[in-house]
Amino acid sequence: MATIKLEIVTAEKVIYSDDVSEVVVWGIEGQMGILPHHAPLATILRPGDLLIKKDNEEEYFFASGGFLEVTADKIIILADACERAEEIDIARAEEAKRRAEATLREQPSSVDMAATEAALRRSLVRLKVAEKRRTRRTSRSNT
Amino acid sequence: MASIQVLRRRIRSIQGTQKICRAMEMIATSKMRRTQDKAIEGRPYSEKISQVIADLAARPQAGEDLTPLLQKREAGRIGIVYFTTDRGLCGGLNANLNRMMARFILEQSVPISVVTVGRKGRAFMLRSGQNIRAEFSGISDRPTLLETLPISRVVIEDYVKGEVDVVYMVYPRFVTTMEQCPSMDILLPVEVAQASSSSSVEYIYEPGPAAVLNELLPRYVEMKIYHTMLELIASEQSARMVAMRNASDNAQDVTEDLTLMLNKVRQEIITKEICDISGGAEALAGT
Repeated sequence: MATIKLEIVTAEKVIYSDDVSEVVVWGIEGQMGILPHHAPLATILRPGDLLIKKDNEEEYFFASGGFLEVTADKIIILADACERAEEIDIARAEEAKRRAEATLREQPSSVDMAATEAALRRSLVRLKVAEKRRTRRTSRSNT
Repeated sequence: MASIQVLRRRIRSIQGTQKICRAMEMIATSKMRRTQDKAIEGRPYSEKISQVIADLAARPQAGEDLTPLLQKREAGRIGIVYFTTDRGLCGGLNANLNRMMARFILEQSVPISVVTVGRKGRAFMLRSGQNIRAEFSGISDRPTLLETLPISRVVIEDYVKGEVDVVYMVYPRFVTTMEQCPSMDILLPVEVAQASSSSSVEYIYEPGPAAVLNELLPRYVEMKIYHTMLELIASEQSARMVAMRNASDNAQDVTEDLTLMLNKVRQEIITKEICDISGGAEALAGT
């Protein structure tokens, strides 16, 4: 099976570096899957889940926006923040969600509307990714 | 000459100080190592983002406005991000920065507004009556990008609004463990490195080259400020390490001197006592 090297880096550290067979990300214009031999591409990422397929394994990540570049031999993701589904701090995400919702309720006219909404979206996606992983694990244990 | 008790007390107190200095030296060493590791871990990101920005900025932007963060303007107002430490006991680190800062400010004829990072710089700016735009302190020894984002935000906002026309960063550059050099870099407008000639590949840009560039530039500034923060901490810790090593070496010297003095005093007293006793014995024998 054809593979391509994937690197996920944040300003703080390298999160992931391995050969993969497919990556599914949320680009600014919608979700897309990238296979080996993709045309050179540079896109902005939206906060969302990130699925990495390698051989027959799937791994979920959360990326809160960033930038993705596909070159002939490599995919590079410059993420603002990125976590493996296992590492997502559910309590913190819940808290962030509550905070954002409260802000939106209380001051709907405030200037920071966009920022708060973005924060809310980020926390929702984080929770979704964490949830995905949990359901996957339980379904596996049932079989 | 001082009494034995006084000398003993002084030796004990200096040994106590020495222990504290040793401990601080070791703490600073480990913190410095950790910060260096962090700086290295962040390198792939900074290399990549610099390269992409260079590629993008080199493209002719037909009909599109140059993004504000790249625009060079006549320097009417100067903004400075001034990186200093929160705490002292790190040798001449902050004093050197302050001296350089003072020299720079005196040379300027245009208004200056300062964003201070760290308490020492803030105190200096207050004392010299500068216009402080914002102040940040209490950033931890292992900063995350999240902690430095507010700094970038203030700086970018001011620049985009036109409150300042050029932004400098002043910080202690980490040269080696023994040497930190006060430095000044231009932060905004973003200075683009020469694009590598090998970037002949035509990319598909989503949504478009200008939009991608617009998204990336603030991140580049954020990354730079984060890295400068790391550099500040590495410099602070290594300066503290050296200062504390000197302090504990000095404490050792003083202890040795005092011990010598103590022994001399003790010897003298003993000699005197022996003289007294033998003198007394002779006087008794004489009778």
